[in-house]
Amino acid sequence: MTARRIIPCLDVKDGRVVKGVRFEGHVDMGDAVELALRYRDQGADELVFYDITASPEGRTLDYGWIADIARDLDIPFCVAGGIADADQAARCLDHGADKVSVNSRALARPGLITQMAERLGRQCVVVGVDSRIIDGEWQVHQFTGDPSATKRTGRRTLDWILEAEALGAGEIVLNVMDQDGVRKGYDIAQLKAARERLTIPLVASGGAGATDHFREVFEQADVSGALAASVFHTGAIAIPDLKRYLADAGQEIRL
Amino acid sequence: MTEVALLDYGAGNLASVQFAFERLGARVRRVSDAAGINEAERLVLPGVGAAAWAMRRLDARGLSDPIRAFPRPLIGLCLGQQLLFESSAEGDVPLLGLIPGQVIPLTPGPGLTVPHMGWSALSDLADDPLTEGVEDGAYVYFVHGFACPDGPATLARARHGTPFPAMVRQGNRWGCQFHPERSSTTGARILSNFLAIDA
Repeated sequence: MTARRIIPCLDVKDGRVVKGVRFEGHVDMGDAVELALRYRDQGADELVFYDITASPEGRTLDYGWIADIARDLDIPFCVAGGIADADQAARCLDHGADKVSVNSRALARPGLITQMAERLGRQCVVVGVDSRIIDGEWQVHQFTGDPSATKRTGRRTLDWILEAEALGAGEIVLNVMDQDGVRKGYDIAQLKAARERLTIPLVASGGAGATDHFREVFEQADVSGALAASVFHTGAIAIPDLKRYLADAGQEIRL
Repeated sequence: MTEVALLDYGAGNLASVQFAFERLGARVRRVSDAAGINEAERLVLPGVGAAAWAMRRLDARGLSDPIRAFPRPLIGLCLGQQLLFESSAEGDVPLLGLIPGQVIPLTPGPGLTVPHMGWSALSDLADDPLTEGVEDGAYVYFVHGFACPDGPATLARARHGTPFPAMVRQGNRWGCQFHPERSSTTGARILSNFLAIDA
């Protein structure tokens, strides 16, 4: 059927891949194009590039850089960061991106999702959601690239992902912030609850620290893909080993 | 150097398709009118999004009939494959009508998300210049919410709940429902096979 996707996420700041811990402070991990090609060679199924500086600073993506990636890469990739309207999203695709992801801008103006879906087809439209537990509830956070700009939205995560799907999202990437960078595993309960409500693909993000975490999130939350950053960037988990482990555990994996 | 004409009608992932052919050493010429189609040695019909919308764009630009009449190798990619068929449940606009049948929506179900997004294995590969060197079980990358009808034109299948045509051929027209330009070495082999077909 459809293989579970292993998706390295490259948080990009000024052309360099960085990784934060609990969204406080960032560590330089290397050159974006170099890392992208390395992951392709290792068997990554897809890549996500988040320009984490774009949204808080009100900047938009550098399109030339998207074309540089697209010229060499022969697996799908998604770009995100400060995309404010359907024109900008279309330009990302024109430069070779396969999908565009919106997060804070869609929260501010949910109609953006519909405009992008109508213009580009919903299969190109990914909605990223940053979620954490507040007052015992899963709630959405906004502007998470920069700690000083992060804020609560008052929206409940499970309401928002359903609204995003209804508005035209083709995929949801659910990033659970309490888990991010801490590597204690994906938030299975939250992802399972999200999976049960959606009909579009769901990608898990935040918290991967061991190969077991990937197996658990596929087995228990039935997500289409699992996204991770630091464990791949630091070499703590090698993608070929991870994919073989998951295949041996009975998951459908592209080897 | 082999040359391919890439049809630019405002509904496509042109850059990624162009880059993929360029990686194979082909020269890519973007064409956007009837003359460009008529002159092409081989023609690529890309497309993402909705069939009815894309078809209206082809019609409005006077491109539908030149595509129908194109006598040399043509390949439709993703939505481009769907456009080769007669009609789509997505809208009441007739498609190119080069292959019989109606394009129908995929249905979500337990463990079955729509759009079908990700890597799925090819099966039931027919013997054809386009499938040469491609093995049963090879994974390719799909992103689609609609599927083409199965029939004599089917060259390969993939499964999303039920089997659907992943590749088709009718005479000098071929199609891939998946994105060969994003399907790693298997996709590159398929595009390279297309370049090797006698024009």
